[in-house]
Amino acid sequence: MQLTDDLRAARAQKDILLMTHLVLGYPSLDVNREVVRQMVDNGVDCIELQIPFSEPVADGPVILKANQQAIGHGLKVRECLTFAAEMAATHQIPFLFMTYYNIIFKYGVEKFFKKAKEIGVKGFIVPDLPPEEGEEYLKLATKYGIAPIMIFAPTSTDTRMRELAGYGNGFIYCVARRGVTGAQTTFDTAFHDYLARCRAATDLPLAVGFGIASKAEVELLKGKADIAVIGTATIRLVEEKGPEAVGPFIAGLR
Amino acid sequence: MRIMNKPGYYGQWGGAFIPEILYETFRELNAAFAKCRADKAFWQEYVELMSTYSCRPTPLTHAENLSRHFGGAQIFIKREDLNHTGAHKANNVMGQGLLVKRMGKTRVIAETGAGQHGVATATMAAKFGFACTIYMGEEDVQRQRPNVFWMEKLGATVVPVTSGSRTLKDAINEAFRDWVANMDDTHYVMGTVCGPHPFPAMVAWFQSIIGIEARKQIMQYFGKLPAQVYACVGGGSNAMGIFQGFLDDREVELIGVEAGGKGIESKQHAARLASQDASPGVAQGYKTMFLQDSDGQMCDTHSVAAGLDYIGVSPILSDLWEQGRVRFESATDAEVMAALDLTIKQEGIIPALESAHAFVHAFKEAGQLRKDQAIIINQSGRGDKDIFTIAHAFDDPSWKAFIREKGKQYAAD
Repeated sequence: MQLTDDLRAARAQKDILLMTHLVLGYPSLDVNREVVRQMVDNGVDCIELQIPFSEPVADGPVILKANQQAIGHGLKVRECLTFAAEMAATHQIPFLFMTYYNIIFKYGVEKFFKKAKEIGVKGFIVPDLPPEEGEEYLKLATKYGIAPIMIFAPTSTDTRMRELAGYGNGFIYCVARRGVTGAQTTFDTAFHDYLARCRAATDLPLAVGFGIASKAEVELLKGKADIAVIGTATIRLVEEKGPEAVGPFIAGLR
Repeated sequence: MRIMNKPGYYGQWGGAFIPEILYETFRELNAAFAKCRADKAFWQEYVELMSTYSCRPTPLTHAENLSRHFGGAQIFIKREDLNHTGAHKANNVMGQGLLVKRMGKTRVIAETGAGQHGVATATMAAKFGFACTIYMGEEDVQRQRPNVFWMEKLGATVVPVTSGSRTLKDAINEAFRDWVANMDDTHYVMGTVCGPHPFPAMVAWFQSIIGIEARKQIMQYFGKLPAQVYACVGGGSNAMGIFQGFLDDREVELIGVEAGGKGIESKQHAARLASQDASPGVAQGYKTMFLQDSDGQMCDTHSVAAGLDYIGVSPILSDLWEQGRVRFESATDAEVMAALDLTIKQEGIIPALESAHAFVHAFKEAGQLRKDQAIIINQSGRGDKDIFTIAHAFDDPSWKAFIREKGKQYAAD
């Protein structure tokens, strides 16, 4: 799949890739546009655009608030699609959609894949859609050449990881710890054992996310993972220091 | 119930839309539940617990005055309000408590709307020695303050949820967020027949005790099956409980009554199946009819009854609705207050605001039936917990004077 190939090619040039995340419409699409520009200019390799949902169960307080404020300001799914189309046309790196299944389901699953293909989005991350419930989704992902990103968790057994890898494409998103987004992760022996289990289960690139916020943490992942995911950290940064703080922060991560 | 074509599905509804982090937890839960379900001794232990710790079997009361008042069907009331902690919620909670003991977990968490499920869970945790955290929307904390007091007294930590609409759905989200961090020692005691599989099946199984008893009791007291059975529907656990006793009796009409709030046309309601406002969706781990906008964002719901103020409905009920087996109606806040007043005055029984929704529709239709016919209303809970809301809704002058006086005393402390 194209996303896998693109990421492998990028990874051949760098020790580790950076994937960032933003919640569309928070604080506004205009700020999102500036944040994306700063991210791309400072070498981010891949960006997940979260389409807000009113019930984001896998997200912690920071991203939850971002979701609810964006919706509260009247953001519509069609505006998210238009914005993503603009980003994909403007920047060379791959963009992904992160959202909850109801957004896709309500839009029409095939219609959503078709639209994403049309605007050049390369993959989807849907945390509340296990492959057991995603029969139609997985079929359409193949049909439209969009990577259905599978998620590994520390609670996943080796058998389960291999099973998930069989459904996945693009890369595997390895959730670093129990809990929701945004809280601190401890990079202990258990964590490194977990990453070794992830590595053994698949040849796909490994992205590690949940609580990664510093150069030291990115450094720790080198050689163990292919992509470091920066999520809540940049949202907090924009809240505290504005979008112009994002560029220097990203540049300082690697 | 229709035979499931895929595990956890009822027709096209249900499923288990869970994050990967909970995959193993659900595998274990499914296995533990299947084992208990197959074990006759487990059900016996459950029934015995409910007959010694709670008041099962709960009575079926012949409401003679109300029957005479409407001049039609004989009205019977299934008295789930007489359960320990005052509502049918105890059935599910004590059942899940036994399951938690078998699974060897040491902590329970739960969401609560009206607070009845929270109180029942805190009670179960106190009895079985589990740590307990209850998530409750901030708006519900305000309107159900007495239940918060009791949960805390029972040793539970009550966490007011300030995100979203600050009601039941947001409390469910927060309980899930706790669970994904603490699943190793923690069980989530889902309070209703919603959420990811196996919860709808599990909660329906524990609540089926209501229908099993009610069917036996009506045959004993009335000698034949009722023409109709009424139950209020929030998530749908009390309705599923009583309906299961009569699902195979096609001649018994089953009626679920949802929250009409300020009226269906006001859009301030929680009528999923009785209005045209809901559509199929996937949220909170399952697929059902949700009150949502065209983008799939969940709407704010409204009801005077916190326990009915919810965006979704049991996938089992969505299926029974689609099959035409259960008819759905709605009752407005104003109708509920009138039915409550009448029931208190005529029978000396105080239904919960939630339960009073079922009374509204039973009262509308009882007069159209013959005297040799019977109807059963499931009184899911008792209303004295709602004293602040009910007194406020009746605009009761002496109650207000009392609160002012109390406020003055506390302010002076």
